[in-house]
Amino acid sequence: MAAPADPPPASPTRVVVSDGPGRTEALGADVARTLRPGDVVLLSGEVGAGKTTFVRGAARELGHVGRVTSPTFTIVNRYEDGRVPISHLDLYRLGESGGLDAEDPSLLADELGPDRVAFVEWPEAAGHDSLGPIAARVTLRHAGGDAREIEISR
Amino acid sequence: MILAIETSCDDTCAAVIDRSGLILSNVISSQGIHDRYGGVVPEIAARHHLELVDVAIEDALEQADVGLGDIRLVAATQGPGLVGALLIGLSEAKAIAAARNLPLAPVDHLQGHVAANFLGPEPFEPPFLCLIASGGHTLLAHVEDRFGFTVLGSTLDDAAGEAFDKGARMLGLGYPGGPALQRLAADGDPTAFKFPTAEGVDGLDFSFAGVKTSLLYALRDNPDAPRQDLAASYQAAIVEQLARRTEKALEQTGIDRLAVGGGVAANGPLRERLARIGVTLHVPPRELCTDNAAMIASAARYVTPLLPGAYLDLDAYATGQRAL
Repeated sequence: MAAPADPPPASPTRVVVSDGPGRTEALGADVARTLRPGDVVLLSGEVGAGKTTFVRGAARELGHVGRVTSPTFTIVNRYEDGRVPISHLDLYRLGESGGLDAEDPSLLADELGPDRVAFVEWPEAAGHDSLGPIAARVTLRHAGGDAREIEISR
Repeated sequence: MILAIETSCDDTCAAVIDRSGLILSNVISSQGIHDRYGGVVPEIAARHHLELVDVAIEDALEQADVGLGDIRLVAATQGPGLVGALLIGLSEAKAIAAARNLPLAPVDHLQGHVAANFLGPEPFEPPFLCLIASGGHTLLAHVEDRFGFTVLGSTLDDAAGEAFDKGARMLGLGYPGGPALQRLAADGDPTAFKFPTAEGVDGLDFSFAGVKTSLLYALRDNPDAPRQDLAASYQAAIVEQLARRTEKALEQTGIDRLAVGGGVAANGPLRERLARIGVTLHVPPRELCTDNAAMIASAARYVTPLLPGAYLDLDAYATGQRAL
């Protein structure tokens, strides 16, 4: 009897070209399927690269049915109607005020708890270790028109 | 008298109004009203609120020439916003109310923007539509009475104020840059570039992600284009989208009264464009359009207050946590 084939090893880094927001959301859903409570996903990329779009697809996959909008001003949106509570962070504005170091560290502690999944846009404003263990890093780049090159590292 | 505290985002705000809606004081920390703030724009969020909230309340009482003994109702913004920031104002309100055996009114921030229109001396009465556009929110509210509102449409992605600020950043104007973008745009040609106005979005919802990305591409493709033309065209696209959705909502509801709220309501071209719609337009003073506590106190008059003992475990709610 043949031994069952091992599943192919998960590639640590994958680069995909998305042809538009629909595909970007689907890639977000792919990543979400492997997430567990306590996981943190970082999303880097310039303005309009599709970070919030990617999170929208991931949040849908986790069962959130409401809107997923940019948290730039509020710093954190919470979506709690799905299978796991989600914190959707955006540190863009913290970069203006001296970064996370200039803030009360407890400010984001509740958003990165072991019972939640957190997506962090503009994570560069945070210190290297302040966000805890990272389940995936996503980098999105403009590739002309609606196309985006999306790199996913786990 | 009603004492209200608002700490949903950057500004630490406290205000005192009377039951009729007359404002006795309206303190906003970032306006540097008092020397104790040093005129410095506050840092983002929680730590600064904690430092400023007591000072803001003291100032609000002092400017209103009242003491805590004159307060009959304490109000605070419960959400939506940053929970860590909201909890500072909410906890402070609970502490004051509990110590004085007073009722507490938890207020929704967006209902506050609507209720800014109910402040004296000349309140704007429902029914009306209210366009709320700020850094964190963009929505069209159908206001039938002073107790609530129905959302007719809201943004699918970015808020209008965020589009202004990120556009300003791309144009090298710093951040926050809404007013700076408006100044640069004043010398530009709003028809020089054609930016999208989200015509493809159904219904009365808004979308500003497309115009933001279009500006990025226009800057890349036209490195030598006059910045003022880009700014003017970009601003025109944001204003047009806000105005056209508002026109459509007025048509659909048959309502001929319009109010505005949120920081973007300070934008001159938007005000001019909305005035041209031809309905009765109410624009509260600028300090009542941006985040403030007087509007929270105003809304508190129409909230069923929680009695002492019933609010100690009251929690704040984040942006996105409750469906609009």
